[in-house]
Amino acid sequence: MHDVILNEKVLAKNIELAEHNRGKLREKGIFTINLISSPGSGKTSIVERTIEGLQGQMNIAVIEGDIQADLDLQRLMKFNIPVRQINTGRSCHLDAHMVKHTLPWLFDQGTVDFLIIENVGNMVCPAEYDLGEDIKVAIMSVTEGDDKPIKYPSMFDSSQFLLINKTDLIDYTNFNMDKAKTNALKINPHLKIIETSCTSGSGINDWIAAMTDEKTRKA
Amino acid sequence: MHEMSITVNVIRIVTEQMEKNGATKLNSLKVKVGQMTAVEPDSLRFCFEACIKGTPLEGAFLDIEEVPITGRCNTCNRDFKMENYYVSTCPDCGGTAADIVSGRELDIVSMEVD
Repeated sequence: MHDVILNEKVLAKNIELAEHNRGKLREKGIFTINLISSPGSGKTSIVERTIEGLQGQMNIAVIEGDIQADLDLQRLMKFNIPVRQINTGRSCHLDAHMVKHTLPWLFDQGTVDFLIIENVGNMVCPAEYDLGEDIKVAIMSVTEGDDKPIKYPSMFDSSQFLLINKTDLIDYTNFNMDKAKTNALKINPHLKIIETSCTSGSGINDWIAAMTDEKTRKA
Repeated sequence: MHEMSITVNVIRIVTEQMEKNGATKLNSLKVKVGQMTAVEPDSLRFCFEACIKGTPLEGAFLDIEEVPITGRCNTCNRDFKMENYYVSTCPDCGGTAADIVSGRELDIVSMEVD
């Protein structure tokens, strides 16, 4: 009987593949964002507004992650940009391995400057898996409640941006915006928070400007 | 419920290391799980026990060390243990912004093998 010291990260393989993806994406000059939220917080609507805001300035591609079906892919067909659906089967998150296998497709789509990865709708698991993105963006909506950062901290902890979405509905809820922001900043004091509404368009210009800045900064 | 995919990663790493070390039986395995991760120790144990049946890992004891969350005060730079990650007031200077410096661990520390 003997002890063997391992000191290895459980997700070492995923971290290694994510670094591989990041290297390949940067080599091609592609800036990548990974959108994470619970189901129904408006991720796909944010993707639509982002495409509308950036189209013309840069070439965009989208990877859609869902457990099954390609409804999001179909929703984005109208933009005439490269969109690829990854179905994760029973898995509740995308991982770096799945993204790695999508890169040959992506690199076959002509020039791409900006890649949006819409993760599987889930506030918990996607936060643990680096995909090789430049930034993680958390989305929460006012209908979900201002206590979400406290109850599900990992998504807020691992993200650089937080969109508080569906602000047009705030009067119909007991959502307290100040409290939500305070809660999120307690988890991660460096979070950049933007209030958005995909219905009224409020805050979308700020979000687009932030993404343009981030892409310029990382280039 | 992603403890299952975490478990699959644990088992892959341990199996590789057992082969590398010429081990035939795993007696125990020590892992560190930070309280900031979204991994529930009970679920991890459940998945581990379910997955090791019929393998050289069967019967192994899974020793899970839970790592508390430590914050580093943005004002005075002091490290302090956070009882709850959302109560991040520095006991020294009262600063309310802190960076988490430990509690995100998800590591395999060591294994005891025959």
